[in-house]
Amino acid sequence: MTNYPHDAVLVLVEVSPSGRVQKSAAGLLGAAAGVGTPVALVVAAPGHGQAAAEQAAAYGAASVLVTETPSFTTTLTTPAVDALVAAADLVQPELVLISNSIEGRDVAGRYAARTRSALAIDAVGVSRDEEGVVASHSVYGGAYLVDSAASAGTLVVTVRQGAIDARADAAALNAQTLDVSPGTAPAATITSIDEDVAPSGRPELRGAAKVVSGGRGLGSGERFALVTELADVLGAAVGASRAAVDAGFVPQSYQVGQTGVSVSPALYIALGISGAIQHRAGMQTAKTIVAINKDADAPIFGIADFGVVGDVFTVVPQLVAALNARKA
Amino acid sequence: MRILVLVKEVPDTYGDRKLSVESGLADRAGEMVLDEIGERALEVALKHADAHADTEITVLSMGPGTVPTTLRKALAMGATRAVHVLDDALLGADLGATAEVLAAAIRRVGFDLVITGNLSTDGSGGVLPSMLAEMLGVPAATNLSTVEIGDGRVSGQRSLEQGSYEVSAPLPAIVSITERLPDARFPSFKGILAAKKKPFETVTLADLGVAVDDESVPRSIVISVAERPARVAGVKIVDEGDAGEQLAQFLIAQRLA
Repeated sequence: MTNYPHDAVLVLVEVSPSGRVQKSAAGLLGAAAGVGTPVALVVAAPGHGQAAAEQAAAYGAASVLVTETPSFTTTLTTPAVDALVAAADLVQPELVLISNSIEGRDVAGRYAARTRSALAIDAVGVSRDEEGVVASHSVYGGAYLVDSAASAGTLVVTVRQGAIDARADAAALNAQTLDVSPGTAPAATITSIDEDVAPSGRPELRGAAKVVSGGRGLGSGERFALVTELADVLGAAVGASRAAVDAGFVPQSYQVGQTGVSVSPALYIALGISGAIQHRAGMQTAKTIVAINKDADAPIFGIADFGVVGDVFTVVPQLVAALNARKA
Repeated sequence: MRILVLVKEVPDTYGDRKLSVESGLADRAGEMVLDEIGERALEVALKHADAHADTEITVLSMGPGTVPTTLRKALAMGATRAVHVLDDALLGADLGATAEVLAAAIRRVGFDLVITGNLSTDGSGGVLPSMLAEMLGVPAATNLSTVEIGDGRVSGQRSLEQGSYEVSAPLPAIVSITERLPDARFPSFKGILAAKKKPFETVTLADLGVAVDDESVPRSIVISVAERPARVAGVKIVDEGDAGEQLAQFLIAQRLA
């Protein structure tokens, strides 16, 4: 049996049904390396464990535990929880890191409940003080920074996607198979999976480095194309305000804000968005904020690094032309 | 069918939300509202009740003395009865303690199906549905954008970062729903009058037989809270025909384009 170091950090590497390692893994292993020795757990459908383990090592996992099970694509959540319990028994980590994705949250919740561990959610960083591991959270749209810790035992933390910039150095592959006895917890059955195998060329909103969002000021779904045009010139993801979603310009998955996706990009451009507090709560941690709006009194200007009082339908085409001219 | 809907009172997201930097607790001085995602969860139950007269809907919430106001709104919308878990010892409860208390309250009420929102707008934890499933020993179908409540089963569509799943679970079960489900109905005048006469129960930790002060149970604790300095506005120009050019220069200078 391998002995694991006292500062082992167990990282659940999220793998898609077809074996794709999710982007969150790089940040999770980067965060783990900052506070201890990263040990990755790969739970995958049969045939996908090896490639995922190699990817985990490339992201800096000092060792990788691999378990393959057909139930991964037929049973919701519990196969990963059962594997995590087995892995934690073996590794005795002081910290477990899981992506704050939909699946990750489910696994973390069940795991923490099963093991009665302290659970910290949606962390934007982990660090260490004299007493142990500390999770940092950005609360109420970044208005507050809150640090939390476990009163005892292993701390289980879900980490906000895209929040960790740190990356670990690639490690040599050191993988072993983890034996997992099938659990008995009742679970939902997955009856079909429609995996988005080829994501679109445009970056996903969550975790994107640049975001261009449109609001009610765009006027219609057709005219919202102006937003995607600027996004494509900048290589940015496309977002929207709740007003634009409610008006039916774009689907709800585009919504940035307290009740939508929270983003923290290097650049956020708000087009025709007034900046209701609900929206600001989802984007005000962006490093640079640009706003274009006809209404000089729009609240968005209060937080914009560069604000333009003007018509998006004149300013944006000029901006696109100027950026394209520079590329040419 | 006994449906239990978890609802939560939260600070209005359209107002300024504050945390106490001393305690880390939410400042409840601002306007508190029934969380919209909980209203949508209730709407799923109400839709089922519209078509199935034998449906009994219990709304359950844990929180301080202001919670009855939001629970009464749920009753006015059409829930059958309300249960409020109220106990001073719950102030500052972490996710583990919250899940233990809610699981005990859910067991006490009894259920075929628990419906809840995927994420509250204040804590945004999104982990309670699966914590409760584990503690209650039932399947969880989370993050559903459609819900079909059938004979002895609940199923629906689940959209994830990596694709779309169809999932199904035998009852009893817990489901969480997303904002893709329809808006909730408004309470009618008749509903508001009827709400006053509906059963409303307040329970304490002693009633539930749960203690949350056992120090041997690991808890998540807040060790510091700091308010981030407010953002200040930067440059603001009025378009005089060249704002697009100026903005392009700004983005290039900042290495953002």
